[in-house]
Amino acid sequence: MIEIKIHGRGGQGSVVAGKILAEAFFLENWFVQAFPEFGTERRGAPVSAFVRIARKQIFIKSNVYKPDYVIVLDPSLIKTTQPQKGLKKGGWILINSPFSVEEYKFENCRVAVVDASKIATHFGLGSATSPIVNTAILGAFARVTGLFKLESLLKSIEDFAPVKKSENIEAAKQAFEEVLF
Amino acid sequence: MKKLLIGNHAVSYGAMLSRAEVIAAYPITPQTQVVEELAELCASGKLKAQFIKVESEHSAMSACIGAAQAGARAFTATSSQGLALMHEVLHWAANARLPIVMANINRAMAPGWNIWADHIDSLAQRDTGWMQFYAETNQEVLDTIIIAYKVCERVLLPAMINLDAFFLSHTAQSVEIPEQDMVDEFLPPYNPEIKLDPDDPRAFGGLLPPKYYMEMRCKLHSAHRNALKIIEEEEKNFFKIFKRKYGLVDEFYTKDAQIIIVTSSTITSTAREFVMRERKKGRKLGLLKVRVFRPFPFEKIRGALKNCEKLVVIDRNISYGNAGIFATEIKSALYGFRNVPVFGFVAGLGGRDVQLEDIEGMVDFARKKNFSKDEIWWGLKK
Repeated sequence: MIEIKIHGRGGQGSVVAGKILAEAFFLENWFVQAFPEFGTERRGAPVSAFVRIARKQIFIKSNVYKPDYVIVLDPSLIKTTQPQKGLKKGGWILINSPFSVEEYKFENCRVAVVDASKIATHFGLGSATSPIVNTAILGAFARVTGLFKLESLLKSIEDFAPVKKSENIEAAKQAFEEVLF
Repeated sequence: MKKLLIGNHAVSYGAMLSRAEVIAAYPITPQTQVVEELAELCASGKLKAQFIKVESEHSAMSACIGAAQAGARAFTATSSQGLALMHEVLHWAANARLPIVMANINRAMAPGWNIWADHIDSLAQRDTGWMQFYAETNQEVLDTIIIAYKVCERVLLPAMINLDAFFLSHTAQSVEIPEQDMVDEFLPPYNPEIKLDPDDPRAFGGLLPPKYYMEMRCKLHSAHRNALKIIEEEEKNFFKIFKRKYGLVDEFYTKDAQIIIVTSSTITSTAREFVMRERKKGRKLGLLKVRVFRPFPFEKIRGALKNCEKLVVIDRNISYGNAGIFATEIKSALYGFRNVPVFGFVAGLGGRDVQLEDIEGMVDFARKKNFSKDEIWWGLKK
């Protein structure tokens, strides 16, 4: 079983990211369980979403505490809610950040970075001050992990992005190319 | 067709495929998406139902009562405080013998304000005369709504389909969405013999003096007892078409189990995983899921518990001044039948996570002790 945790702030599209990610796995015949953090979400507040995947039926219904992969939509969370904590040894953390991989020094895990905010802004997703970075960062996730084909992600975005489908698809493709790891 | 569906949308699809004719609902977290989806399905014409916007849950149930009395298939969904507000008319729906189906997203009661999973909301409505189902998966949610209509319309009782807040309501899982023509084959249109009809006027809900009242209540009770048989029959019919079955209870490795865990709803899934892990180590652990809580399946429960040495009952509820409600009911099923220690754990209230480690701890507790007079509050902070 593989567990993924997505951290963001309300309004960045963390919950939709979980949904799109789950669908990408579903399209490749994984057993999937996807759920948002069970809280009272509001704009700007830290929020998270979880995805569990396995090759057989998933029974566990509790929250995810020790993910294999962590996706961070807002780099300011690294210092506040510390999403890197709990990551399994040797796991990946993928951060939306304009900086290089070397900026982030965590023990026992691998780091990838992509400037998803820049890409999202370029394609007019959200606004310049609060870009919606979910589809871009998932493009990077597809490349870093190799867990599913980019095509499956693009199909999932096509199905689930509520607006600007082609812009979201292009953002995912560009992040797939630009991610550093 | 298989689709990733959240529990709330599984509810909406269940109502749509059952061809609900009147939907009256008021939004409340964590049920809101049920209503949103149904409203969209009605607006797009995919569901040809009358969608009634109401000002409260009491009104929602009242509208469903009127619709069902007029012979329409009625549906609503609610949660927690909303269900509590319906209380008066829940009695009405059952006493009037109206086959209304409702989804309730199990959520805690305030104060302190809490929107998370807890079974006290529906269990507090235990004695209103509604059948109660507790679902473990989103597939079970969708299927149970369809099965419930069939059962309700045969026994003339309403049914409440309960699903855990967030653990099902907001969790996406793969769900096989049945074909409409197959559902139609299983569930024919509702056409009651007696209904509100201007061309055939009748009086409903009139005075029922002491001379007759008790007989009517006994008939309602008998309908519940009879429903046990009808639920099993209809589950068989459902299985013939859809190849899925659930049962009044679900026995998992109970035959030779020394300790049996008794659960309902989503804690069952985590307990399943734990039982499978223990079995790999050769430990004789079993699981009994109580799916139908009203009518209470006494015989099935006695059958499942006839060989075990100890019981671990996990309750996501508390009856203040007594104990966990499932534990109390399981004890009543065992009275005069078997005398085995029942360890009643109160756990996961207000959405607190119940993990594999918690279930392991409860089973260990039961292994080490011979008896526990009182319920055990699991994982309380000091």
